Amino acid sequence: MTPDDFQKLATLLKSQSGLVLGPDKSYLAESRLTPVARNWGFPDAKALIRALVRREGKGGDSKLLLEVVEAMTTNESFFFRDQRPFDQLRDVILPSLLTSRGTNKRLRIWSAACSSGQEPYSIAMILNDMQHKLRDWRIEIIATDLSRPILHRATEGRYTQFEVQRGLPVTLLAKYFTQDGDQWRISEQLRRMVTFKVHNLLDGPGTLGRFDIVYCRNVLIYFDQATKGKVLEGIAANLADDGFLTLGGAETVLGVTDKFKMVDGQRGLYARADGTATALKGAPGAAGQTGRVGAA
Amino acid sequence: MKCCLIVDDSKVVRMVARKILEALQFEILEAGDGQQAMQACEQTMPDAILLDWNMPVMNGIDFLRQLRQHAGGDRPVVIFCTTENDMAHIQEALGAGANEYIMKPFDSDILESKFAQVGLL
Repeated sequence: MTPDDFQKLATLLKSQSGLVLGPDKSYLAESRLTPVARNWGFPDAKALIRALVRREGKGGDSKLLLEVVEAMTTNESFFFRDQRPFDQLRDVILPSLLTSRGTNKRLRIWSAACSSGQEPYSIAMILNDMQHKLRDWRIEIIATDLSRPILHRATEGRYTQFEVQRGLPVTLLAKYFTQDGDQWRISEQLRRMVTFKVHNLLDGPGTLGRFDIVYCRNVLIYFDQATKGKVLEGIAANLADDGFLTLGGAETVLGVTDKFKMVDGQRGLYARADGTATALKGAPGAAGQTGRVGAA
Repeated sequence: MKCCLIVDDSKVVRMVARKILEALQFEILEAGDGQQAMQACEQTMPDAILLDWNMPVMNGIDFLRQLRQHAGGDRPVVIFCTTENDMAHIQEALGAGANEYIMKPFDSDILESKFAQVGLL
């Protein structure tokens, strides 16, 4: 693949999916696109990209483009990834929302760019373990991704032995999974708690409705500043006044948007700058235990 | 520095686990079966034990049951690391007092993830 081919691929992906390919990703593109090229009868990744660009000039080949986007989308995911965002859900976010929503008892949670489903199922496990407090609540978990094949996997809820050992405590494996050949299948109860939908983050959450909790982790890092801002502002516009946003460990709103502020003492957890979300007094990590939403 | 006893009858597995755990700042002790492991624990009770199931002389589950009866034997965090990769064995291990369970083959990510989950990292 020549630098020119790679540049054309990068331009196309940026316009269609917001995915930013740095110049160091040429090898990744070659290795991920070679199998796609073979499936489509092209001799190599270079020929595939040239065909894609040619067809783009004639109205585009959406099926081929979708496969290329899916191949280039990073699907690395594991249960309870980084742990902290899930501790915050149990110890900070839910206690706050259970208090502020005591009357209508409804929550909508969005797991954006959910990949093969480990994040929304981790959320479902936490909610299920708190069911004594949530008995008469109506809670929806909407999990979205750009890639149909990866969502199909997520919906099936089948994981390899390697996948169920990354981040998932064995007690939860024993509680929520059954063995199915050489794979492990998540319980029907948890599968029913999550609704999976195809969705492009660049389209904003508008069609998905309003949310109280948004997990948008380890995906903004692949976007440029302008795209990050667009995505975050879309989320802010569809986040409830008392809602929370969780970003990945290497992500921040700083210098991207002023629509969010970090929740005091809670790394990676944000609330709307003009909102009312609070971490309750005594929440783990809250500086001075004031529980206010502080400056980012 | 925390101490981890690696109990496995395979020298290769012990060597691989040692390399990963030493990089995570553990001091390593080794034993080739449950009986040797029990003797090692009687001398120095480790902070963690990475434990194979099928071994000659004394297997892992019998060792674990003896350990948990022994004075101070409730202290080490025990992580099974075995080819017994079915739910019945997992339940049996948890019932005998195991804290975590690794199904072989494992890699450094899995080992690190399990040690972090049980608060050893």
